[in-house]
Amino acid sequence: MTKARTTDGIDATTRRRFLKSGGAALSAVVFGAGTAATAAGTDNLPPDIPEWMKAPGEPMGSQPYGAPSPFEKNVVKNISKNLKQYISASSRTPLQELDGIITPNGLFYERHHGGVPTIDPAQHRLMLHGLVERPLIFTMDDLRRFPSQSRIHFLECSGNPGYTKPYGKTASDLVGLVSCAEWTGVSLKLVLEEAGLRPEAKWVVAEGADAAALTRSIPIEKCLEDAMLVYSQNGERLRPQQGYPLRLFLPGFEGNMSVKWLRRLHVTSEPTYSREETSKYTDLLPDGTAREFSFYIEAKSIITRPSGGQRLDAPGFHEITGIAWSGHGRIARVEVSVDDGKSWQSAQLQEPVLTRALTRFRFPWRWDGKAAVIQSRAIDETGYVQPTLDQLLAVRGENYFYHNDAIWPWRIADSGEVTNALA
Amino acid sequence: MRWREFGGIAFAILLCAWTGGASAQSPYGIGRSASPAEIAGWNIDIGRDGSNLPEGRGTVSRGGEVFAQQCASCHGDKGEGGLGDRLVGGQGTIGTARPIRTVGSYWPYATTLFDYIRRAMPQNAPQSLSNDDVYAVSAYILSLNGLLGADATLDAKSLAAIKMPNREKFVGDARPDVK
Repeated sequence: MTKARTTDGIDATTRRRFLKSGGAALSAVVFGAGTAATAAGTDNLPPDIPEWMKAPGEPMGSQPYGAPSPFEKNVVKNISKNLKQYISASSRTPLQELDGIITPNGLFYERHHGGVPTIDPAQHRLMLHGLVERPLIFTMDDLRRFPSQSRIHFLECSGNPGYTKPYGKTASDLVGLVSCAEWTGVSLKLVLEEAGLRPEAKWVVAEGADAAALTRSIPIEKCLEDAMLVYSQNGERLRPQQGYPLRLFLPGFEGNMSVKWLRRLHVTSEPTYSREETSKYTDLLPDGTAREFSFYIEAKSIITRPSGGQRLDAPGFHEITGIAWSGHGRIARVEVSVDDGKSWQSAQLQEPVLTRALTRFRFPWRWDGKAAVIQSRAIDETGYVQPTLDQLLAVRGENYFYHNDAIWPWRIADSGEVTNALA
Repeated sequence: MRWREFGGIAFAILLCAWTGGASAQSPYGIGRSASPAEIAGWNIDIGRDGSNLPEGRGTVSRGGEVFAQQCASCHGDKGEGGLGDRLVGGQGTIGTARPIRTVGSYWPYATTLFDYIRRAMPQNAPQSLSNDDVYAVSAYILSLNGLLGADATLDAKSLAAIKMPNREKFVGDARPDVK
């Protein structure tokens, strides 16, 4: 509890001010409400008057930056405890705990290749050079002067999940390297036009200002289609973990190409063949060839409730809900099967259904209390149908590693316990 | 003739006026010109043909010394891997059920080695090695993979000339591959 409070932003000064002005009774409510309620058992239930109605709550200003209820303290990023190191590593969004399509900024998945830099925006610059008429340098203030735009898009790591066992237990373990936000920034096309592209410009090499100086080559077509230079996420400035003060954003492309802490755009005639587009993020096939520059995220979905690690309390009505997305455009349809894939029915899609964004689907279901296998499959506007893991493995083998968009069925035991049906 | 000359000069002056200011043609006039020196200081991208490789050179033996000091704690004394990736061996395994992906077995271009070491290694102090030492460490890793002799010296020209064994094995993205 104490730890949760600390991370919730109640600093020592606030705490002292509180105790001084509010007295013991008030501080007991603020710091002890959770434990008091728990200890009280049913005292707060009808017909009794709840404890939190009998005294004023926290005063205004006790949390200068708001934080979730202490009762939600377990809804945090999913970070493996067994990594060899945490400088080049990832954390996952707890998908099964979230509703709607927008991922809160504090729970957005992370993938860093050289840790999270702390960058003073006043000392950050974006350099644009190479095959342009006028090489330019922009400050953050400069970039915010361009016409701005806001768009909702998902971002997903290409390795989400792998193809080999052990497969994860929860929806987050499996595909928690996907999140979705409203991004605000400037169209990359506008910024490139400011410098003037030369006719031989075919690629743009983007570089981050992190300790990995992470570098990826982006085809010019994507740069001119819907790429953005982003400075805000869900209304506030980017978090350091998401590239503060500036990141590239490439809707529908594998996440690491949306280079964070963006400091340089190098317009070239061919890719730079950086380590992150040769040694990593290439897809190895069984015959020893490897696919390079495999940018797109294909259509994908997962049921987030009920899902692995959860339990159905009793037979009866249970809404099945989850998320679907495609790097190729809008989700056209999501189908749900509750009979181990024998039959499929269309789920309801929550409007608005946006291109290259998470789409929430729902399916009303009455559980009869018997063992069942439930699963979803997405179909996008190109007609692509989300495949099974067996279909993918048959073509790609186990060493492909990236771009696994397989259907992940959940097994529901007659006890109501939900587990990964493929594990 | 004189009129043509005059016309040519006038045209040149007009052209200068048109393209001279960075903001003259820029739709929004935002940002300032980047100088060649500023670009040279930041542009550390190396092309697969070796373009933009800096001056300098390093021997395999010097690379061994630098590797022992800066790299071995994560990558192993002989590049066998540990906290960091395995760098050595695996040639001939890429098309098998248990591929071992290393610099020698998987990387398509040797120039990428210089690019990556200079920008990102060692992980606790990236961009701290001299260009000579980046050449030297690259030489050492290539030597451990049997792609460079033990007595070799590596520079821009010799690095760009190395053909990596797996270079021809990269293909385009053939997805959607499940129909």
